[in-house]
Amino acid sequence: MKRHLVSAADLTRDDALLILDTAEELAQLSGRAVKKLPTLRGRTVVNLFFEDSTRTKTSFEVAEKRLSADVINFSAKGSSVSKGESLKDTALTLQAMGADAVVIRHHASGAPARLAQSDWLHGSVINAGDGTHEHPTQALLDAFTMRRHLNAGTGKDLAGRRITIVGDILHSRVARSNVHLLTTLGAQVTFVAPPTLVPIGIENWPCEVSYDLESVLPKTDALMMLRVQRERMNAAFFPTEREYSRRYGLDGARLAQLPEHAIVMHPGPMVRGMEITAEVADSPRCTVVEQVANGVSVRMAVLYLLLGGAVFADGAAEPARSEARTDSSEAAL
Amino acid sequence: MSAAGEGTDTMVSYLIRNAQILDGAQQDIHIADGLIRAIGTGLDVEADIDIDAHGLVVLPGLVDLHTHLREPGREDAETVLTGTQAAAKGGFTAVHAMANTFPVADTAGVVEQVWRLGQESGYCDVQPVGAVTVGLEGKKLAELGAMHDSAAGVRVFSDDGKCVDDAVIMRRALEYVKAFDGVVAQHAQEPRLTEGAQMNEGQVSGELGLGGWPAVAEEAIIARDVLLAAHVGSRLHVCHVSTAGSVEIIRWAKQKGWNVTAEVTPHHLLLTDELVRSYDPVYKVNPPLRTEADVLALRKALADGTIDAVATDHAPHPAEDKDCEWAVAAMGMVGLETALSVVQQTMVDTGLLKWEGVADRMSHRPARIGRLPGHGRPVSVGEPANLVLFDPAYRGTVNPDSFATRSRNTPYRGLDLPGRVHATFLRGVATVLAGELVERGGLA
Repeated sequence: MKRHLVSAADLTRDDALLILDTAEELAQLSGRAVKKLPTLRGRTVVNLFFEDSTRTKTSFEVAEKRLSADVINFSAKGSSVSKGESLKDTALTLQAMGADAVVIRHHASGAPARLAQSDWLHGSVINAGDGTHEHPTQALLDAFTMRRHLNAGTGKDLAGRRITIVGDILHSRVARSNVHLLTTLGAQVTFVAPPTLVPIGIENWPCEVSYDLESVLPKTDALMMLRVQRERMNAAFFPTEREYSRRYGLDGARLAQLPEHAIVMHPGPMVRGMEITAEVADSPRCTVVEQVANGVSVRMAVLYLLLGGAVFADGAAEPARSEARTDSSEAAL
Repeated sequence: MSAAGEGTDTMVSYLIRNAQILDGAQQDIHIADGLIRAIGTGLDVEADIDIDAHGLVVLPGLVDLHTHLREPGREDAETVLTGTQAAAKGGFTAVHAMANTFPVADTAGVVEQVWRLGQESGYCDVQPVGAVTVGLEGKKLAELGAMHDSAAGVRVFSDDGKCVDDAVIMRRALEYVKAFDGVVAQHAQEPRLTEGAQMNEGQVSGELGLGGWPAVAEEAIIARDVLLAAHVGSRLHVCHVSTAGSVEIIRWAKQKGWNVTAEVTPHHLLLTDELVRSYDPVYKVNPPLRTEADVLALRKALADGTIDAVATDHAPHPAEDKDCEWAVAAMGMVGLETALSVVQQTMVDTGLLKWEGVADRMSHRPARIGRLPGHGRPVSVGEPANLVLFDPAYRGTVNPDSFATRSRNTPYRGLDLPGRVHATFLRGVATVLAGELVERGGLA
């Protein structure tokens, strides 16, 4: 694996499977009374959040603490510019404090890529969502959830599985990361959205596009509903909330058109009554809560593989494969 | 010193030996008293300084229709002095200083100030551009006549950086400037279609999740403006054309015989939006870098004359405005000192233009569009000695630390580009010799 996780496109099939398999092992922890490993003892992980995010931030924090890392939450709410401090100065500050990894959520697409490419800091950069670009750990937890339901087992991928993602593709970092990761794992991805919410140039993406939800449902193994922000209709992306719901929302009748084994997913937060009805959201086929639990396991795996036992030499990392290497604080920066 | 030096008997005279004038044979050029005194082989004249120009190409002094000198207001990015020094190093003898300064160049007072700073610099003539509307706000015409009647003698008006998007204001501006043979230089960008725009809208923007700046936002305004210019019988100049579709509209307007001219920047002749994948804001510019198909269409249009001029859109920014996230970074690139090299690489080395053509697109035509009578003249006896000696055989790596501009935001850092300006003469005064700026005290 690389030193950073900025884009799901950076992950090879082997990388992705290693993360998913490691996450499976780590998931067993959550069943124990003491849910903690000493792996990252003495390592400092900074959660650098420029954007509000309760669930992702909490998920990372739980993952970091279960691996015994020293966790620093650096909340830089609002824009770095309005605060007066630049991203560069923030990064230099974290570097000076000895951050071994920075988990960054930023409203600007590409901000994690800038951090990773710059010489502002030397630790690993983990993208926790950047603008409308990517959210690779979300894609990993989605793939993890899909694999458990559709092709369970260590070393298994998602070959031939049909994944349908519905909603605001244009503004979705979840959709972008998922299309990279899921195709890497062999799945067939179909996006469903009104044409206004599909990016220009999508014909060259490794996926199908449909404007008609109902025609896709019977050919779907996992259906992922994306949140659609109400304010989008003010920019004329669609006429009204009700019309969006009627054409692209998931209700009980549409749920019934899915194959029996198919699951319904949502990265959260859900807007009940908009893209998903309460009936579907609360149905046993909906994996939303499971996804949250899986998020912790997957983020633990990412942190473990990027940092656990990694020996930094000349700024390059030797990734720890799955052997149970633990504390290596003496080898840190 | 004063830029005007003609007629003084203290001027240094030069004998340039064995220079290739445009695409012609090697000849000697004698420069004295600000003028080209003689051209011929084996000239037998005395001169203060002899220059061996074997292997060098002589071009008329370059004229830039589109330069941001930033003074007044953003002297941290550029001053008239450093900007004109950069211009001289790039082979320019005249630049048009864009109006988006602080305060905006929308009054006779501001344009005269910029004009005077240019006179004092002595490195390059500075022709101020006046704003079309007060404060570049697009609402109310600025005092275009007063700016024309001022010492600055403004002929080119532009709200560059912003589009004159109101069709009525644009129509009136085009009509009004006819009274003094002015031209409106339009930054073509439909504002509603480019809200939140960060880069060219296409394959790359979709993947990167950056707000798209669609080609149609440029083309729709150009289409409207050429029709308006035809309707009121005025002159329109289109700034920094960046798309293949824009080229088609301009070609159509010219076929109709309408008075429309256009410019292209060096960066739009070389770079594409694929570079944005790095998220390095050094590639952030407005209009944005487009696709390879656009680049090829622009080169072809410049070669066939559909696009009249190369203009740098030299846009200096301080380091902190580029050393940040893409979304908050400033738009623009410096370009004066690399323009001729980029044109050599994209147009001359590709066989699309000969040096004669380069002289036409970078000197004759821009001078004519800007109505600068002393510039863009032929290289012949009796003409003002505004000349560039260019070494096309030179190969070097772009090193921004060697730039004269105060800013370093070049997209060509570390790139190998051909050619180098060896010397620049402004009315017989060397502003650059052996590739180096002539110190102010040395300018005579």
